[in-house]
Amino acid sequence: MIQFEKFTLENGLRVVVHPDESTPMAVVNVIYDVGARDENPAKTGFAHLFEHLMFGGSINIPEYDEPLQMAGGENNAFTTNDLTNYYCQLPAENIETAFWLESDRMLSLAFDNKSLEVQRKVVCEEFKEHYINKPYGDVGHKMRELAYTTHPYQWMTIGKELKHVEDATLQDVKDFFYKHYTPINAILVVAGNITVEEVKVLANKWFGPIPSGTKYNRQLPIEPPQTAPRSKEVKANVPLDALFKSWHIYSRLDKRYYVTDLITEILSGGGSSRLYQSLVKEKQLFSNIDCSHYGSSDAGLLVIEGKLVKGVAMKDAEEALNIELNKLQNEGISELELQKVKNKTESMMAFEDMSVMNRASSLAIYELLGDADLINKELERYHAVTRDELMKESRVIFNENNCNTLYYYAAS
Amino acid sequence: MIDRTSAPLIKDAIEFDLKLKPYQKMVLNNGVEVYAINAGEQELLQLEIVFYAGNSYEANKGVALATNFMLKNGTSTKTAFQINEHFEYYGAYCNRSCYNETAVLSLHTLNKHLNVLLPVMREIITDANFPESELDIFKQNSQQKLQVNLKKCDFVANRLIDAYLFGEDHPYGKYLSAENYQALSTDQLKAHFQQYYVNGRAVIFVAGKLPADLFEQLNQQFGDLTITKNGQSLTAQQLTPAVQKKQHISNDPNGVQAAIRIARPFPNRHHPDFMNVMVLNTLFGGFFGSRLMSNIREDKGYTYGIHSYVQNHIQESAWMISTEAGKEVSEATVTEVYKEMDLLRNTLIEEEELLLVRNYMIGSILGDLDGPFQIIGRWKNIILNDLDEKYFYDSIKVIKTISAEELKALAEKYLKPADFYELVVI
Repeated sequence: MIQFEKFTLENGLRVVVHPDESTPMAVVNVIYDVGARDENPAKTGFAHLFEHLMFGGSINIPEYDEPLQMAGGENNAFTTNDLTNYYCQLPAENIETAFWLESDRMLSLAFDNKSLEVQRKVVCEEFKEHYINKPYGDVGHKMRELAYTTHPYQWMTIGKELKHVEDATLQDVKDFFYKHYTPINAILVVAGNITVEEVKVLANKWFGPIPSGTKYNRQLPIEPPQTAPRSKEVKANVPLDALFKSWHIYSRLDKRYYVTDLITEILSGGGSSRLYQSLVKEKQLFSNIDCSHYGSSDAGLLVIEGKLVKGVAMKDAEEALNIELNKLQNEGISELELQKVKNKTESMMAFEDMSVMNRASSLAIYELLGDADLINKELERYHAVTRDELMKESRVIFNENNCNTLYYYAAS
Repeated sequence: MIDRTSAPLIKDAIEFDLKLKPYQKMVLNNGVEVYAINAGEQELLQLEIVFYAGNSYEANKGVALATNFMLKNGTSTKTAFQINEHFEYYGAYCNRSCYNETAVLSLHTLNKHLNVLLPVMREIITDANFPESELDIFKQNSQQKLQVNLKKCDFVANRLIDAYLFGEDHPYGKYLSAENYQALSTDQLKAHFQQYYVNGRAVIFVAGKLPADLFEQLNQQFGDLTITKNGQSLTAQQLTPAVQKKQHISNDPNGVQAAIRIARPFPNRHHPDFMNVMVLNTLFGGFFGSRLMSNIREDKGYTYGIHSYVQNHIQESAWMISTEAGKEVSEATVTEVYKEMDLLRNTLIEEEELLLVRNYMIGSILGDLDGPFQIIGRWKNIILNDLDEKYFYDSIKVIKTISAEELKALAEKYLKPADFYELVVI
């Protein structure tokens, strides 16, 4: 059980406190209810670029990092398609520094032109490093474009193209800030060696005076159900052919999410998983194969990706993969396999919960999803999954009309 | 109205009294030492069996790595699949990793499953049998992975800079080609296994909320093995650094970024300058607020990140600056790195910046000592480098007290551009 308390400030900022006396540190985590899915399709990559600008100075404080480092703290942030999360850890005695810094950049940024100019370049280099200057680096983009016709999950958080990042203006930055970076659209989580009373005082003092802002009502286009298989061929300067497949799955709060998560574990969660054993070890068609899913708030994708052993034909590799999926659909799994993936999930959660920083960001994400207490209910939900459900869902998900395939060929 | 323009009062992190939680030491019947940290709230633990079986000991390139990797790929009674399934059924992770001196078999598990997992750990390190078919798969897939990696400028740069610094035949400088993988044989692996695992030297590190009977369990499973305690370390191997200090490599005609590595040889942790240079390195390129980051990322936008660090080696080490920068600004990046060296050599660091570095480092260590795995990690580093807790406390003292003059003197001694190898891979 992870203990926490919740309260809401008058301006609508939700606050979650998770005291833990065993650590000398405190974590201050602020999550904003905005991600790449909320971007204008002609200005993608903006939520992430904006995250960089949050470190470029706020209305009363020219530098974010320096005072935090002076207080013995460290920080970072990440943007996903769904949300933007900022966190810092510092000695608990110095926690007020984090309140001062975080509240000032929620109040207003400095909107500095130089910062925008520099961070546009930094993000372009990040784009190049991870998605261009790397074999298979564009797969994530291509898969999203293939699988989503309508929903903004069709682009990655880094953005569709460098140009979108390069073209961002200071006006874009201001508009985005006033729309999304307000108390009513944020959640503050404070964890570590602090008490609820201390947090109440500090939160009211630093965040209380910030104007509430307008609640952002998300109205995203809904992805229509896929009714026929889609595929695309790519030729690129890579050494090996590779196969990428994806299927639409469920939203994060759907009960079937847990079933889907366990399916990915059955297929590729380790050396005894089905795809690895069958396709890498026994048949030796792939040199590696992985199955994962987006874990996104709205309906995401389950993805299987593998590189073919040199000389193996794409259709043979694909057929062997389909045989494994059919087996799952027709024969289901054994009680032992189900127990294995449940045990693994239990263990994974215990290891993740060791770090107070992880607990803080999990609480923030669950609260954003609707209820921080989900953190304590997850395990139960995994345990409730049955073999029948797993077989049933594998039939729904791995339906060929729900499938997107990227054939990625090495240009010789 | 609150005053948002001035920072709240802080306790300077250098006032914090850092303590490294002492380990408990146990000795198994065969003399193998076990270092343990009992801490944490969750009923789980991490166990590492560290063998002196890393690539410094191998007779042929790749043998240490392949032997370590294939520990889990079969014993006389279990297939690779059965071994994996056993650990995975209990939600445990049994991993292996191979380094220059050491090769590790590790276990992460909930305490309640420990007693069914340790016997299989024992089986692995006494009875691994290296099936031909498993080695064939390893060779094939490793070569494929290598082919992909060789397309990446950062991977190529990391291999080459080490070869320049230490020489291609030195354990720290050598790297594997497809031919090296192809030449591996099960006989080589079996011989390495017999000499360096079954009859080798090992030390055990364990951390977590430890069960009361942990020592009995470890002694029962590992106390009668023919492994012995850690003894003499290797004699230093001959260095053959490159003659040519500046290298430009064209790896990908379509590349849009350059992997830049600028590095110089540097002594190991026993050298009196080592911990002092840790402070200078942090200031130079060791954290987000460092000179290199502030200038080359936050002012110029040439890169997503630039870092400097001293390599984690036991014998010889190196001081490295590493970044991936835009192709068209790669030369400008190199120029700025040398400019930052010049500044450190020629200008005293201001007290305010020095205090920030001190506070950052102490705060970072305080945060890093939070949790059993982090604490044992510190101890492991100390013990494997043949140091003691004095090293930890002396380092803290250096962080708190080193002067701007001392840092400048260190920069004059070590940050001379002529001493550095410079590599750009596009």
